[in-house]
Amino acid sequence: MKARNILKLSTLATVLAGVFMAAGAHAGLVKVDGSSTVYPITEAVAEEFQKAVRGKTKVTVGISGTGGGFKKFCRGETDISNASRPILKKEMEDCKKAGISYIELPVAFDALTVVVNKSNDWANELTVAELKKMYEPAAQGKINNWNQIRDSFPNQPLKLGSPGADSGTFDYFTEAVVGKSKSSRGDFLASEDDNVLVQFVQRDKSALAYFGLAYYEENKDKLKAVAIKADEKSPAVLPSVQATNNGSYQPLSRPIFIYVNAKSVDNPEVKSFVEFFMKHGGKLSKEVGYVDLPANAYALALKNLQTKKTGTGFGGVAEVGVSVEELLQREGKH
Amino acid sequence: MTTPDLNSLRAMIAQHKRYDILFGLVGLLATMVGVVTLVALFVDLIMDGYPRLTATFFSSFPSRHPEEAGILSSWVGSILVMITTALAAIPMGVGAAIYLEEYAPKNWITDIIEINVTNLAGVPSIIYGLLALGLFVYILDFGQSILTAGLTLGLLILPVIIVATRESLRAIPIAIREAAYALGATRWQLVSDHLLHYSSGGIMTGIIIGMARAIGETAPIITIGALTFIAFLPPAPFTIDPSTDMPAGLFDWLFSPFTVLPIQMFNWVSRPQVEFQLNAAATGVVIIIATLFMNSLAIWLRYRIRKNIKW
Repeated sequence: MKARNILKLSTLATVLAGVFMAAGAHAGLVKVDGSSTVYPITEAVAEEFQKAVRGKTKVTVGISGTGGGFKKFCRGETDISNASRPILKKEMEDCKKAGISYIELPVAFDALTVVVNKSNDWANELTVAELKKMYEPAAQGKINNWNQIRDSFPNQPLKLGSPGADSGTFDYFTEAVVGKSKSSRGDFLASEDDNVLVQFVQRDKSALAYFGLAYYEENKDKLKAVAIKADEKSPAVLPSVQATNNGSYQPLSRPIFIYVNAKSVDNPEVKSFVEFFMKHGGKLSKEVGYVDLPANAYALALKNLQTKKTGTGFGGVAEVGVSVEELLQREGKH
Repeated sequence: MTTPDLNSLRAMIAQHKRYDILFGLVGLLATMVGVVTLVALFVDLIMDGYPRLTATFFSSFPSRHPEEAGILSSWVGSILVMITTALAAIPMGVGAAIYLEEYAPKNWITDIIEINVTNLAGVPSIIYGLLALGLFVYILDFGQSILTAGLTLGLLILPVIIVATRESLRAIPIAIREAAYALGATRWQLVSDHLLHYSSGGIMTGIIIGMARAIGETAPIITIGALTFIAFLPPAPFTIDPSTDMPAGLFDWLFSPFTVLPIQMFNWVSRPQVEFQLNAAATGVVIIIATLFMNSLAIWLRYRIRKNIKW
């Protein structure tokens, strides 16, 4: 008898759970996932937004990398995807197949910073061509000494670090330096955790690595940033907020994005969250160590959101050195 | 016996005693390596994290300001996931163990099940995460919820509970069973009135050790998609949910998005600001203390219950 009662109870519980699941799902919930580079900005906006609406809307932010974020986004699991590079061809196709269209909104600039050890007194500035020599696939196993990069450099082993292959930072750096996204040598220290790269360079006199400006800003006392020359003739520019803002830090400054599911915009909660993002994102991104876009870029982005201008301005290939205003006015590709 | 013989015998004994002492030292050293490392790590964590362990740290949501950030959503998430884990794993684990020990016929099918259960305990936790992602998140459509996490961790600790329960059932003398049958008890009467009572100490120990393992698990929880930034709590039953203005249902919390302590810690470790690293250390202290507390509870319970049983 007892056993039968337990059976009945558990059936009842399962049915009840089903009923409540249908009712409880997704009410007032904005789901964001994706790049760890964009995460601090979205976190700051979500924090302020939830304070502003007094908990009426719940925002969740996850980290699964730009690529991982798009996988979920194109399955319709998230409303917004954080991306530290534009959407790729393959991801555009996935979204199309699932019938998901999206609005591409730049939210801030990040300056990729090349760093070396504090006691490295030879590499004060590097040209993009020299960086290419270090990181291109042909360098694998062959380029392993600083004197191979420039004749005046000392005979020191060259030890490289890089963010892992799932990160948009890696994609953008290879695009800007090697000329093709994801094209890189593989024999270096790869880590998804930028703090690991910080420690790697901090401990080794002959190490070099790159990551977002925010990590350099926080570790200025431990690392040395390398000034970048776009080519032999151009001036060497150190990464900074100013140099990113006036466009002189090229080609390593990049816009970072959020992608909003066009269907989710019909949900007033998602819409007001993204509007809040465009209005306060500039100030908040500065606060967490990024460079804000020009003010009219946020206004343009807001307009794109309100008119639901879908598609990407890039067409599946990352471009280096394109202005955000131009990007926002381009015809969207799907 | 001649004197030289006696001397060589003495020398041999002294030699063996030296070996004895030597092994004692090596053994002590081996023990110390583990213990000292653990203590050093713990002390280091406490030194970093102690200043952050204030009441507001436990009552604040995560924030971009490290000094305002807290672990409210993650400790509540951890506790709710633990409750779900317990509700899922205890009846299943104890039930399976009783079946295998008392009911199952001794044949090759039972043997295969037994081998499987023992092996399951050694399966890497990420495998459970992948299984759960396919089964609970996509097929059963539970979403990335507390329910999914609880069931996943429940599966993970199931073998621990089964093995512990069987061990403690086996420790009960056969005479108890024979006496019960002799008095005409059915198998279920024997199990529910006697075996469960006598073995409860061992079962509790198994459950708590399993739970202590589950509370620190990160890999399967990340796989099923626990989130990193959550600044709200799962809806308590029958309270007004500000996002819907409706009273929440009894089981709504089961389907809420969540985060847990290890994930919050992982997130803070990877932030650039040093202050976030301190928050991570403080969270680490909370996790270790929770684990230590659960393990000592297990030891204490075993001691208490064993003391009261006299065959």
